[in-house]
Amino acid sequence: MSMYTEKVMEHFKNPHNMGEIPDADGVGSVGNPVCGDMMTIYIKVKDGRIADIKFKTFGCGAAVATSSMVTDLALGKTLEEAMSITRASVAESLGGLPPVKMHCSNLAADALHAAIEDYHKRQKEAKQ
Amino acid sequence: MAQPRRIYMDHTAGRPVDSRVVEAMLPYVETLYGNPASLHSYGQMPREALEQARAKIAELINAEKKESVIFTSGATESNNMAIKGVALRNQNRGNHVIASSIEHMSVMNPVKYLKTKGFDATFLPVDRHGFVDLQSFEKAVTDKTVLVSIMYANGEIGTIEPIKAVSKIAHGKNAYLHVDATAACGQVPINVRDEGIDLLTLSSNDMYGPKGVGALYIKQGVNIEPLIHGGGQERGLRSGTENLPGIVGFGKAAELVKTEMPAESERLIRLRDRLIKGLLDVVPVSFLNGHPTQRLPDNVAVRFSYIEGESILLSLDLQGVSASSGSACTAKTLEPSHVLLAIGLKHEEAHGSLLCTLGKQNSVEDIDYVINVMPDIVKRLRKMSPLTPKELRE
Repeated sequence: MSMYTEKVMEHFKNPHNMGEIPDADGVGSVGNPVCGDMMTIYIKVKDGRIADIKFKTFGCGAAVATSSMVTDLALGKTLEEAMSITRASVAESLGGLPPVKMHCSNLAADALHAAIEDYHKRQKEAKQ
Repeated sequence: MAQPRRIYMDHTAGRPVDSRVVEAMLPYVETLYGNPASLHSYGQMPREALEQARAKIAELINAEKKESVIFTSGATESNNMAIKGVALRNQNRGNHVIASSIEHMSVMNPVKYLKTKGFDATFLPVDRHGFVDLQSFEKAVTDKTVLVSIMYANGEIGTIEPIKAVSKIAHGKNAYLHVDATAACGQVPINVRDEGIDLLTLSSNDMYGPKGVGALYIKQGVNIEPLIHGGGQERGLRSGTENLPGIVGFGKAAELVKTEMPAESERLIRLRDRLIKGLLDVVPVSFLNGHPTQRLPDNVAVRFSYIEGESILLSLDLQGVSASSGSACTAKTLEPSHVLLAIGLKHEEAHGSLLCTLGKQNSVEDIDYVINVMPDIVKRLRKMSPLTPKELRE
């Protein structure tokens, strides 16, 4: 299936950081079943950096590959650096995505941002 | 890793052309290139071949005479011609058109187009197997109904519609019945006179003929407005120089189907049922789309909960198997197939569909290979999916 780059297929075949973190510090879920893509990103934060990250994805090849790629890009980064990862930078790191996939299946950066926001929210609640 | 075997199970999308069909076509590509409309000797052989092909198509569907068969560029044109042609020509008979909600887009969209031109349209619901709801139909059809379009069988879920019963109801209100037999032709016997069909769409490639050619059967006495105006070929209903190599190939394909269909369909049904049972047995939380027995011999449509169709197809492709899915991600639109939604599936259920359409070159070994590779594919994707319940994750 040549619609995807080799890089996308590599990540689809052997996704990195797939799974759950039961005691995650932040969890972000995006997507909806109507367009067929749902992602959840789990993060562990240590000293302001993403110390561990895992994903779960229901979706097409692009959805799986972008999830895997975003965990690679975010692991070890400060939360601020991780927030600057965008849909475009994820797609670029994969050597591009088919145009039809840019919108619906390229949600991984959104899930990452949601997980970081969840982490901040939990921190704030813990302080109160 | 050794190169995996290649197995093609997407015959509804495209079929190889039978070698005997290619052989029949070649003279009309290379030497018999004359125009059937020409009076000189170069026109004579093509003219005879054109009429022989027409007779073979007519014979396959038991048409009253060969002149009732009009050649087109394929099923999409035939469906457009039937629906727009009948509606536009017969406005004195009414302005209401009925179709099922699981028709192919080349039926759905012409009907929607007619709506923009002032016609009324009703899309009939289907039950969970995909059978058109005859009670709704009886209520919807009125004296204003000019045309009813119901497919012979659905290519996505395999369901064969009760055409005789549909015809009875349509004719009770003096409406014409158009039947799209694209998915059914070549797989099940079709008898337009016995089944009460006024217009029938046929596709060449679906019978192992060449692409780019199809036909519309129009019962004697049914008047239609042509869509393509020009030199008056095909009784003035479809102008343009005939695609003779294609038509000759189509005719040969119809001839072969007529004699070989009974045995081949029986063989396909055995393969179909082996694949359906095999997949449902080895994959937990899996279901059949469509009806177990009232279905096309080549159609295996299943769905696996918690995972998405394109991921299944990519995984199968990596194992050498080419199949299809009703998932949004494999199509140009983001919505799942309208057929799967019409039979009552939720979006996430529709997204997990797998469609294998079988053909002549598929063997028992192919079937068993697919059954064999499927559990690991599903297990891997389910492990990845946030929708998978705990007990299925390991």
